[in-house]
Amino acid sequence: MTRRTIVALALVAALGPLLFAGPAGAQWPGVTPTEIKIGNTNPYSGPASAYGTIGKALTAYFKKVNDEGGINGRKINFVTLDDGYSPPKTVEMVRRLVEQDQVAFVFQTLGTPTNSAIHKYLNEQKVPHLFVATGATKWGDPRNFPWTMGWQPTYQTEGHIYAQYVLKNVPNPKIGILYQNDDYGKDYVKGLKDGLGEAGRKLIVLEQSYEVTDPTIDSQIVNLKNSGANVFYNVTIPKFAVQAIKKSHDIGWKPLHLLNNVSASVDVVLKPAGLEASRDLITALYLKDPTDPQWKNDQGMKDWLAFMQKYYPEGNTKDAFNVYAYTVAQGLVHVLKQCGNDLSRENVMRQAANIKNLSLPLLLPGIKVNTGPTDFYPIEQEQLARFDGERWALFGEVHDAGKK
Amino acid sequence: MSRGQGWRRAIVLAAIAIACALPFLLSNFRLFQFTQVFIYAIALLGLNILTGFNGQISLGHGAFYALGAYTTAIMIDRWSVPYGWTIPVAGLLCLTAGFLFGIPALRLEGLYLALATFALALAVPQILKYFEHWTGGSQGIVLSKPGAPLGLTLSPDQWLYFVTLGVLILLFVLGANLLRGRTGRAIVAIRDNPIAAQAMGVNGALYKSLTFGVSAAYTGVAGALSALAIAFVAPDAFNVFLSITFLVGIVIGGLASISGAIFGGLFVQFVPNWAQEISKAAPWAIYGIFLIVFMYAMPRGIAGALRLAGARLARFRG
Repeated sequence: MTRRTIVALALVAALGPLLFAGPAGAQWPGVTPTEIKIGNTNPYSGPASAYGTIGKALTAYFKKVNDEGGINGRKINFVTLDDGYSPPKTVEMVRRLVEQDQVAFVFQTLGTPTNSAIHKYLNEQKVPHLFVATGATKWGDPRNFPWTMGWQPTYQTEGHIYAQYVLKNVPNPKIGILYQNDDYGKDYVKGLKDGLGEAGRKLIVLEQSYEVTDPTIDSQIVNLKNSGANVFYNVTIPKFAVQAIKKSHDIGWKPLHLLNNVSASVDVVLKPAGLEASRDLITALYLKDPTDPQWKNDQGMKDWLAFMQKYYPEGNTKDAFNVYAYTVAQGLVHVLKQCGNDLSRENVMRQAANIKNLSLPLLLPGIKVNTGPTDFYPIEQEQLARFDGERWALFGEVHDAGKK
Repeated sequence: MSRGQGWRRAIVLAAIAIACALPFLLSNFRLFQFTQVFIYAIALLGLNILTGFNGQISLGHGAFYALGAYTTAIMIDRWSVPYGWTIPVAGLLCLTAGFLFGIPALRLEGLYLALATFALALAVPQILKYFEHWTGGSQGIVLSKPGAPLGLTLSPDQWLYFVTLGVLILLFVLGANLLRGRTGRAIVAIRDNPIAAQAMGVNGALYKSLTFGVSAAYTGVAGALSALAIAFVAPDAFNVFLSITFLVGIVIGGLASISGAIFGGLFVQFVPNWAQEISKAAPWAIYGIFLIVFMYAMPRGIAGALRLAGARLARFRG
């Protein structure tokens, strides 16, 4: 062998892997011909660890997708890290995902403060920040934050729907409000007030708040009753929703009771509060409640139960968060399928903003996912339901906040 | 003795040289992590001055960390003050707050003080939500990461790393001078035997309040730097767990040791991440095991263990 051949061979050996790596894959971060790497943070520990089940259910769902062959031949590598619901930790973990693990995009990061901490960073880095798990309104702002997109109906949307219902159906409404003193509670109240309009705002006779650390809200309920309110807008998380339903029943207060969707679970809230006390509650729904008997024979619910048994047996089949996770994971799979073989970050974002009338098995009948280049709110429809003592009876038409 | 001091100086200089070289060797993400180590180290030195040297236990230093962070965030967000000025202001504000808190706290000893400061840590996230007009409530305040000044070709992460390193060195030199001199002896004497210290003419009340103030100032400066590094503040970042993390950091690093603050910072930053790598299902159980192993193997913290090893080595050679 001449020296030249040796040099040539060495060159081929050195450059070979580069030449034969194939055209697809190498050009996009987090994507190879056999894999898509997706990043996520969830509070597996800390004060909000009840949400951790969402991350576990997502992981389980992607395992199911991979077992069934992946998406266009690519397996999903879902890297989910614990941030303990602490914004500085979220920043560190998301930077790790983007800069070190080189994920293709970030999906379903959970929490309003935690997502606020990474909002600017991900948009500067031009990394898709898809379907964030929070009901705040600020995630659908494509003009200023073209790389961030929400998922669920916002709390303000829901408040809006209740306002319309009250204005249309209650003669002489006098509204009493109980809300949690944080961004979640205030968003709900803002939605209601915006829906009532300038004139309608006078209909609110009393606003009471509580801190998430309070032991009870009994005195607030008594105050609301004494205010003479005939509409009760109940913006509380499950623990306090149970107390509120019980207490108002016990003291014989019978207003039109609007219960926020956050606490609409039959098993977690209404049964502990008492099914009789819960009769005639009104809420707005977009997902099927796994504890509501009306979905017992629903095909989507049966598939979900089979999935839970096979891939997430330790998960709670009464927990609506697992329905939520299953549905949003299906939404993402739809987007990735729509991307075809172009998994560049630009195209992932373009396809996420190009969902047309997608129905998913655990969304209520008639509710569809829709996005567009200027519409970054995927689910904007909800339907009102009245509790008949056993199940949520849907009534009226599907409200669509997207249609102005 | 002089030989030992020479060695110590050489080690410190070598550490600074390595720290200055890191920005050109590591990725921006790793630099961000080391910036956080330095920030924790400053906060830990603050707490160590109070707890390690002066013997007052605080479970509420997260509150001063939050005060420093919010001072910086509000000054930048509301009044567009250049970020460099906000750091000393945060330190001074926390010095005053700490001094004032130290006066009533003088009546409380040991565990009672721990409880009083714990109350402070519990209250802070809610107080921050109450003054929503200033603090942005639970939504927090979003900041921009400061870039390097004109003429320096450094990334924002590299620049912030150097700023933090500079503040760290300054505060550690000041701290070392304070603690190794007359004042330091008085602070330690109050811890070891308050009655004897009073008999020697040390004004216990004044020294205790001042120590509380200085300690809070260090932690406040760390908080201010963290607001810049994270570029976001929110009440959820300053819960009770942060205060407990600080206490863990000084005990693991080494009580009453200046270098211990650095080791504590490394522990606080990296061990929870390792724990998560080892087990996703029970990261805090793994963290607990790490804690127990460290305490069992190095009861005087990492700094104490290194000192012991150094002494053994010297005896072996001598």
